[in-house]
Amino acid sequence: MEKTGAQILLECLLQENVDAIFGFPGGAVIDIYHHLPSYPALRHFLVRHEQGAIHAADGYARATGRVGVCLVTSGPGATNTVTGIATAYMDSIPVVIITGQVPTPLIGNDAFQEVDIVGISRPCVKHNYLVKDVQDLAWIIKQAFYLARTGRPGPVLVDLPKDVLQAKTVPAYPESISMRSYNPHLEPNRRQLRKVVDLLRTCRRPLFYSGGGVISSDAFEELTWLARNLHIPVTSTLMGLGAFPGDDPLWLGMLGMHGTYAANMAVGHTDLLLAVGARFDDRVTGKISSFAPMAKVVHIDVDPTSIRKNVNVDVPIVADCRLALKGLRDEIMACAEASDWVLEHQSWLEQVQAWQRDHPLQYAFSEEPIKPQFVVEKIYELTKGEAIITTEVGQNQMWAAQFSRFHRPRSFITSGGLGTMGYGFPAAIGAQVAFPDKLVIDIAGDGSIQMNIQEMATAVSCNIPVKIVILNNGYLGMVRQWQELFYNKNYCATCMHTNPDFVKLAEAFGAAGFRVTKAADLEGVLKQAFALPGPVIVDVVVAEEENVYPMVPAGAALTDMLLV
Amino acid sequence: MRHVLSVLVENEPGVLSRVVGLFSGRGFNIETLNVGPTLEEGLSLMTITTLGDEAIIEQIVKQLRKLVTVVKVVDLTHLQKVEREMVLIKVNAEDASRAEVLRIADIFRCKVVDVGPNALTLEITGDQSKIKAIVSLLQRFGVKEFARTGTVALRRAMQMD
Ligand SMILES: Cc1ncc(C[n+]2csc(CCOP(=O)(O)OP(=O)(O)O)c2C)c(N)n1
Ligand SMILES: [Mg+2]
Repeated sequence: MEKTGAQILLECLLQENVDAIFGFPGGAVIDIYHHLPSYPALRHFLVRHEQGAIHAADGYARATGRVGVCLVTSGPGATNTVTGIATAYMDSIPVVIITGQVPTPLIGNDAFQEVDIVGISRPCVKHNYLVKDVQDLAWIIKQAFYLARTGRPGPVLVDLPKDVLQAKTVPAYPESISMRSYNPHLEPNRRQLRKVVDLLRTCRRPLFYSGGGVISSDAFEELTWLARNLHIPVTSTLMGLGAFPGDDPLWLGMLGMHGTYAANMAVGHTDLLLAVGARFDDRVTGKISSFAPMAKVVHIDVDPTSIRKNVNVDVPIVADCRLALKGLRDEIMACAEASDWVLEHQSWLEQVQAWQRDHPLQYAFSEEPIKPQFVVEKIYELTKGEAIITTEVGQNQMWAAQFSRFHRPRSFITSGGLGTMGYGFPAAIGAQVAFPDKLVIDIAGDGSIQMNIQEMATAVSCNIPVKIVILNNGYLGMVRQWQELFYNKNYCATCMHTNPDFVKLAEAFGAAGFRVTKAADLEGVLKQAFALPGPVIVDVVVAEEENVYPMVPAGAALTDMLLV
Repeated sequence: MRHVLSVLVENEPGVLSRVVGLFSGRGFNIETLNVGPTLEEGLSLMTITTLGDEAIIEQIVKQLRKLVTVVKVVDLTHLQKVEREMVLIKVNAEDASRAEVLRIADIFRCKVVDVGPNALTLEITGDQSKIKAIVSLLQRFGVKEFARTGTVALRRAMQMD
């Protein structure tokens, strides 16, 4: 039977097992919206700004590991998603963005609401398509989902002109995909794995440095097995938090600019750095020439371009992280002579534990003003690590990473690579849609939360009970911290003392709002807020000029940390 | 150092901007770029010459391979290859200098493809060094116009070491 392009699109989405679409309509996509009610399995969440839609799709993807879907109209609808596309791209998150486009005969004529979104998004998508013929629609959608979720995942955009959505054809849905130009290499090379085993046998101070790739490849169990059985301490990037149990004695915390003392010192002294699904970002390495200066480096990554991009590598392994770590386990089990890993790494672990003991993460408690770190600790204590935590960007994000502990992959959702303020709240909405029964908390800053606060209307109208806890320091705190430390306290354009009343704001949207100013009240209010069935803002007034420590100044070696 | 890359791509709209955008976005440079369809339906071959140290070239090759529309990338630099570029050059050729221009054209086996009252257009084919040599010889007569194809290259059938 003949179907329109719009119907074919929706059927394709069903075939990809899509169950949630985050979107916002407009002239170019009315045809899709016209047919949407006939596909009740495709739940649509109407956002209030397209940036909210793309971040929500991204949050859904990070929470589930499945492809998130976002649907917007042409022109401004499409351009409003660009920040979110770049956010997903930098963190390798699988999302498919469907944009409407003006009818094909008008393309190039500066038609109403025409933009070249394929051109605009090209540098920040894994791939994109302009569909010019309805006959191509089904295979393009299939390819788009396939590309988004395989290999190194990423955003894929499909631009759909209005006449293609209206054109009719008898759809032919492809069964399989074969692409001569795209074949991610997933299986690790055995010879390389054996080299790693040899290095493991001779090294004395090994260290796992894990990243987001461990989460996207579901390598949690393999990493944990290897670390525990070989007695290797683990540090991770911001993106890798949750890939190793945060209460394990081998866990050192995050490394990098705001990493723990122990993690950064361990990097400075390790003789075998096992980098898994991480990409040696400058916020992680500090001064690159003094990063892991004594180490042989093993680098496992599914993306060959990540390897040797920033540092030299002794054993490169291009493979899916899970398959590579599994292969490594097999090689170790197959080893004839057993090694006494406990004994061999004993003195290293003692050294690492001494660093942890001597310089733990710390702050000075105060009853009033409340310390932001205390708020994060309290949230962790009350949720026991069972909640999904998202963050905004800035100090709030770093404190959330430092003072919470994560025990499961996909329980910490944050914009790492792009550092997008305004990400955390819509991402929390996406995560909550995927897991309606979980507690989903956005640890927010007073600046960031204003960037997508309009999504409170989405949360209220769709009954998405996300909890926002604002660490309200009255500043764009992270920038203020840099101004304090490196720019003579010239607090230009970072003061937010005219913030709105967030409690009233919540109420204006039809959500609940609380304000806390004393440490003693915090637990009670948080408990009350978390127990409510709807969305909530908890505005916690915190110390204005608290800084995030440790801090490695930009360009300094990781071991040159400012400690308080 | 200068590298010659042979890049086989799906011949679809936008493929050129994907490749060029990769170079500009990541700060790599393109010295010459030539592109044309191959004999196989749907595939085009690009020949790109670029400058960079080994680490940069390694990144360029890997980044090109990562593009979904790129089928194959070969770095021809260290292989034995045939490398050619064609240049059209319109040189001043007044009566006094015409004979000399023609003599140079002859020595370099150029073709005269257009003749005017005071200019000649020559077609020159060769590798980079030959083209450099002849262009520098002709420049003193005054070059009116100049167009070049960029390098094209194929690996030789026999690779001797
Ligand atoms: C969209 C965007 N604009 C600007 C920045 C630069 N920036 C990084 S952190 C920060 C301050 C964030 O302030 P707030 O949300 O109050 O968080 P705090 O650091 O105070 O916890 C800014 C402006 C950014 N990361 N993202
Ligand atoms: Mg703030």
